[in-house]
Amino acid sequence: MEKLTKDDVHPSIVKALLDQETNITFEDALENEMILNMGPQHPATHGVLRVLLRLDGETIVAAVPDLGYLHRGYEKMAENMSFYEFIPHTDRLDYISPPANNTAFCLAVEKLYGIEAPLRAQYIRMIMTELARITSHLVAVGSLAMDVGALTVFLWCLREREKVLNSYDIICGARFTTSYTRIGGVAADMPDEAIVIIKDFIAQFEEKLDEAERLLNTNRIFVERLEGVGVISGEEAINMGLTGPNLRGSGIDHDLRRANPYMLYDQMDFKVPVYNEGDSLARYFVRADELRESCKIILQCLDKMPKGEIMLNSPKKVLPRKTEIYTKMEELIHDFMIVNFGVKPPVGDIYSAVENPKGELGFYIVSKGEGHPWKMKIRSPSFCNLQSLGGLIKGHMISDVVAIIGSLDPVMGEADK
Amino acid sequence: MGLEAKLMSDGFLTTTIDALVGWARESSVWPMPMGISCCGIEMMAVAGPKYDIARFGSEVMRFTPRQCDVMLVAGTVTYKMSHVVKKIYDQMPDPKWVIAMGVCTSTGGMYRSYSVVQGIDHFLPVDIYLAGCPPRPDNLLNALMLIQDKIKNTKAREFQNIPLLEPVKVNGN
Amino acid sequence: MEIKDKIVPLLQEQFPETNFEVTDFRGDLKIKFDASLIVPVGNFLKQHDELKFNMCEDVTAVDWATKKKRFTIIYHIYSLENKFRLRLACDVEENHPHIESVVPVWKSANWYERETYDMYGIKFDNHPDLRRMYMPEEYEYYPLRKEYPLMGIPGDLTLPKK
Ligand code: SF4
Repeated sequence: MEKLTKDDVHPSIVKALLDQETNITFEDALENEMILNMGPQHPATHGVLRVLLRLDGETIVAAVPDLGYLHRGYEKMAENMSFYEFIPHTDRLDYISPPANNTAFCLAVEKLYGIEAPLRAQYIRMIMTELARITSHLVAVGSLAMDVGALTVFLWCLREREKVLNSYDIICGARFTTSYTRIGGVAADMPDEAIVIIKDFIAQFEEKLDEAERLLNTNRIFVERLEGVGVISGEEAINMGLTGPNLRGSGIDHDLRRANPYMLYDQMDFKVPVYNEGDSLARYFVRADELRESCKIILQCLDKMPKGEIMLNSPKKVLPRKTEIYTKMEELIHDFMIVNFGVKPPVGDIYSAVENPKGELGFYIVSKGEGHPWKMKIRSPSFCNLQSLGGLIKGHMISDVVAIIGSLDPVMGEADK
Repeated sequence: MGLEAKLMSDGFLTTTIDALVGWARESSVWPMPMGISCCGIEMMAVAGPKYDIARFGSEVMRFTPRQCDVMLVAGTVTYKMSHVVKKIYDQMPDPKWVIAMGVCTSTGGMYRSYSVVQGIDHFLPVDIYLAGCPPRPDNLLNALMLIQDKIKNTKAREFQNIPLLEPVKVNGN
Repeated sequence: MEIKDKIVPLLQEQFPETNFEVTDFRGDLKIKFDASLIVPVGNFLKQHDELKFNMCEDVTAVDWATKKKRFTIIYHIYSLENKFRLRLACDVEENHPHIESVVPVWKSANWYERETYDMYGIKFDNHPDLRRMYMPEEYEYYPLRKEYPLMGIPGDLTLPKK
């Protein structure tokens, strides 16, 4: 980056930076402080996050994150399109785990309509969500390792991730922007071929994961760069609104899959990993353990998954089947109406939240009885998790910043919306 | 009769400077990975083991613009981000090329909204528009090969009259 | 007795003068009350031994595009102990929309309120650091208000020179 000028940093940001109180004292540190700009184009900020750091020597005295470099105006766009049209947009929220977002959105709209997807569709959604969790945590672990200097694990994680993407490719024809769920079901049935791929993947995954963990957990550099770095206590984590693995790394046993079960998670047997340390290492351990739990859930789903419908049969509320549209007049009309004007939901407002790989993803939808939402608010986990960043990196060294950002695992697509 | 045999018998080759320079340039295109959003993830996949961009001599992803030849703009460019993209582009040494990866970089794509630039060609010269949301990794490799073709066929003298950048004024000091 | 049935009587007991409008739609409990009471009500809900709504998940606003009571501020709060989510709502007027900040109650509301300010232009009184969240600081409009067009106003945001 070229030298930072006053024009590059807005005075109000500088003011926020300088106003922060600190209780750090340096007896013999150099007197002069420095302001360092990090991002938005920086390899370790996971996208376009910008952080302004106020430094004393190499210690961070204050930090102000600056967001909005990827603000795409989702909420405004949602008000101008029907519920169906918004499904592809949910892919691009947390773009490391699209099927999980698809599911979250469809669950929210289904809650508004008061319908429920058939059993097989629910199992398929759960499998997809857990696969998404695996890909997301793989990228999180891999890029955390890369940020602190262990490139091998990153490549291994990407290799494993490719295997999951292969199964997406067969299930819905896209590598990662899946747009797979529909309101009232899923777009297409899961072919047997894909089930074989998923089973094969899981059969060998455990071993590969052990291999990667052996490389990390016994690696002194990796452990020392993370242990005791970015500590947040359980109480403080709740105050700052952390959710997901970051909250569980601080010893709070909260997982929406357990607390307010949706879909069929209440019938599944899985553990919610919790670590008490609250540092970056604990957050990494939570993710690594969740990878194993997700595999367990997928296997159970594959066992229990019944044959049957994948789309609800409710002509005026969900899209009719394609084969019927081509042969029957009534279905054709319904399809036309739904695609063009959307389905009219009852008047009211709902909030529906699910446990995404990053934390709690919620949709707050206000309906005025029209085919499009009057207002839609996306409660994105990365945004809320990032809020704690400023406090976490205070008092650490510059090189710890990348480790802390990596362990928080934000995705700017949903943080900026 | 291979190249070696020819060299053994005669000891020299004749070629044009352009061909030689073009050949050298095309096989070491270093990308500047401007991963902004979802397409950036696909760009990571290209660097990963399965698609392996190293086969094309472009595995050197450097996050400093000073060492790069081609800028891969991968992701939605918002108005706020556009200034950063432009600043990084300006810092790259000539000759330089730009790949607009994905529809929303090329045209705004599915984001018709107040904060998204409707195509980065509003402020950058673009060499390749890559369709897809996101483009598959194979497609990105294809774009890279097209860029290589373009580089190979560029004459060295075409770069002679590039106007120098305006010196940047630093306020205050 | 379920937690859901307890909240409203407890609130009414604590604030006898106030009119609490309760709606229950699809299992979501929503309580609407006067905007001036948001901080005491929030404090009460957080500190009550049984309720313990210790997590603020979201703050946002709804623009109804009407002359009177144009905006409604929405709070989603969650009780980790009871595993229950509650929605609070307060109406504010169009000219000089403002409400007391809940940052002293729930620290996490800080960025949510900044976001709401950025998108709707609602001022949160006594907020520690009320700046725009996403849009540039010089930006003059509030994008999520209904009168603002989807494609923006030409020339409101600048592009770099070619
Ligand atoms: S083209 Fe599609 S995948 Fe690529 S950045 Fe844009 S929205 Fe994301």
